Amino acid sequence: MPDATATPAVALSGIRKSYGPLEVLHGVSLEAREGEVISILGSSGSGKSTLLRCINMLEVPNGGSVAIQGEAIALDQTPGRTPRPRDNAQVNRLRAKAAMVFQSFNLWSHLTILENLIEAPVHVQKRNRKDCLAEAVALLDRVGIADKRNSYPAHLSGGQQQRAAIARALAMRPSIMLFDEPTSALDPELVGEVLKVMRDLAAEGRTMLIVTHEMAFARDVSTRTIFLHKGRIEEEGPPSEVFSNPRSERFSQFISRENT
Amino acid sequence: MPFDLPFLAESFAALLRGIPLTLQLAALSVIAGGFLAFALAFMRISGKWWLDAPAQFYIFVFRGTPLLVQIYIIYYGLSQFPMLRHSLLWPFLREAYWCAVLALAFNTAAYSAEIIRGGLLSVPAGQIEAARACGMSGHLLFRRIVMPLALRQMLPGYSNEIILMVKSTALASTITLLEITGIAAKLISVSYRTVEVFVCAGAIYLAINFLVARLFAWLEYTVSPETRRPEEHHA
Ligand SMILES: Nc1ncnc2c1ncn2[C@@H]1O[C@H](COP(=O)(O)OP(=O)(O)OP(=O)(O)O)[C@@H](O)[C@H]1O
Ligand SMILES: [Mg+2]
Repeated sequence: MPDATATPAVALSGIRKSYGPLEVLHGVSLEAREGEVISILGSSGSGKSTLLRCINMLEVPNGGSVAIQGEAIALDQTPGRTPRPRDNAQVNRLRAKAAMVFQSFNLWSHLTILENLIEAPVHVQKRNRKDCLAEAVALLDRVGIADKRNSYPAHLSGGQQQRAAIARALAMRPSIMLFDEPTSALDPELVGEVLKVMRDLAAEGRTMLIVTHEMAFARDVSTRTIFLHKGRIEEEGPPSEVFSNPRSERFSQFISRENT
Repeated sequence: MPFDLPFLAESFAALLRGIPLTLQLAALSVIAGGFLAFALAFMRISGKWWLDAPAQFYIFVFRGTPLLVQIYIIYYGLSQFPMLRHSLLWPFLREAYWCAVLALAFNTAAYSAEIIRGGLLSVPAGQIEAARACGMSGHLLFRRIVMPLALRQMLPGYSNEIILMVKSTALASTITLLEITGIAAKLISVSYRTVEVFVCAGAIYLAINFLVARLFAWLEYTVSPETRRPEEHHA
């Protein structure tokens, strides 16, 4: 069970993000405790991806702060200038702690599945290649595609590619996993195999933040659900509560729309 | 026209002696031009106008004027600058050989820069983003992800450029160099048998470019195993 007193795995405080004159996040604060599985819901354009990408600095917030396991990311947020991290080495180090899985898999097409898995452990984390290979094979076995290890991404189905991408994220031994609509690009019959892998990860107590449109999955698997609307958190709580008793009108509309 | 085999054989043998110079001109200018092309390509994609604009201007000038004109301007024009004539570079710049290399290199750099830029821009943004999300950046990201992916896109266009360069070395004959075409011109001036000599010269260029094309086909095959059918790369 998540421990409320410990250092949070992710702490976002007052995150603001603008693209030019358009502010898409208006001061979002969110803490993910160690072992929590947070599902982030919201209609298209509500800022879910942007929020998730602010955690690993793929988007640099214009205001507010981000801390990973208690370590605050140093940001230069001088008004009027493009915000940027002060220390790229720090960002790179923290990115390996908070691994990301993308909607479009984004496996490296010139590398085999196995090479995809060991790329960051060997070249970013400078771990021993042989150990990484052994670990990578075990991870592929775990997500059920050990037989594909020498194939190139283009020769895998979408579901297999996404499972490989999850294994690639796990290969960095992250403490936090960020998922941005991991099943949205998949054919319906392939969604299940990816969700199963994610269920297993959640069950072993990994900290996960998951942007998803899979309502049943969010309901069953997450420990907390966040509903974003126009760049603000509109509803927040354990899924057992928010799904049966939504406080916000918009969230109840959203649930009924998504469930039809 | 009578087919004079002994004359053909004689001309062919004479022309073969031009191959080393042709290959040298092509190789040196491709290598030097390659470095310059990379610099220009990076200036183009830097996103900074004060780097992009000069690179664009350079490419505009060298793509927009005939190579022959560039060779003449460098060979006949540079000596007009006293500053150059008194510089350390002058021993090189007064040689037709180095002027030809320089002109060819400047010219190929303009075309290659655009090929390289196209390759770099073709790298899928998602794959770069995935690399960043894994903690890669700068040199590592470029060497491990961007360049290998860009190279696959660049090779076909670049092989074309190298074949063009091999043929372009023929223009060096206009500034006294005795590469294949230079030797051909000399043979013709004494024998007046234009067709036979140029057929021989053409055959030699064809053979060289056949090898260049094969080399690049092999390179393309080697660097992109992922495009082969799955069975082929399983051990
Ligand atoms: N790079 C960008 N430049 C300009 N605007 C952007 C950029 N990225 C996102 N936006 C805008 O920010 C807003 C939030 O985008 P975001 O991608 O976070 O939404 P989302 O909730 O993830 O939507 P979806 O469910 O469609 O993925 C949108 O209005 C979008 O147009
Ligand atoms: Mg999104």
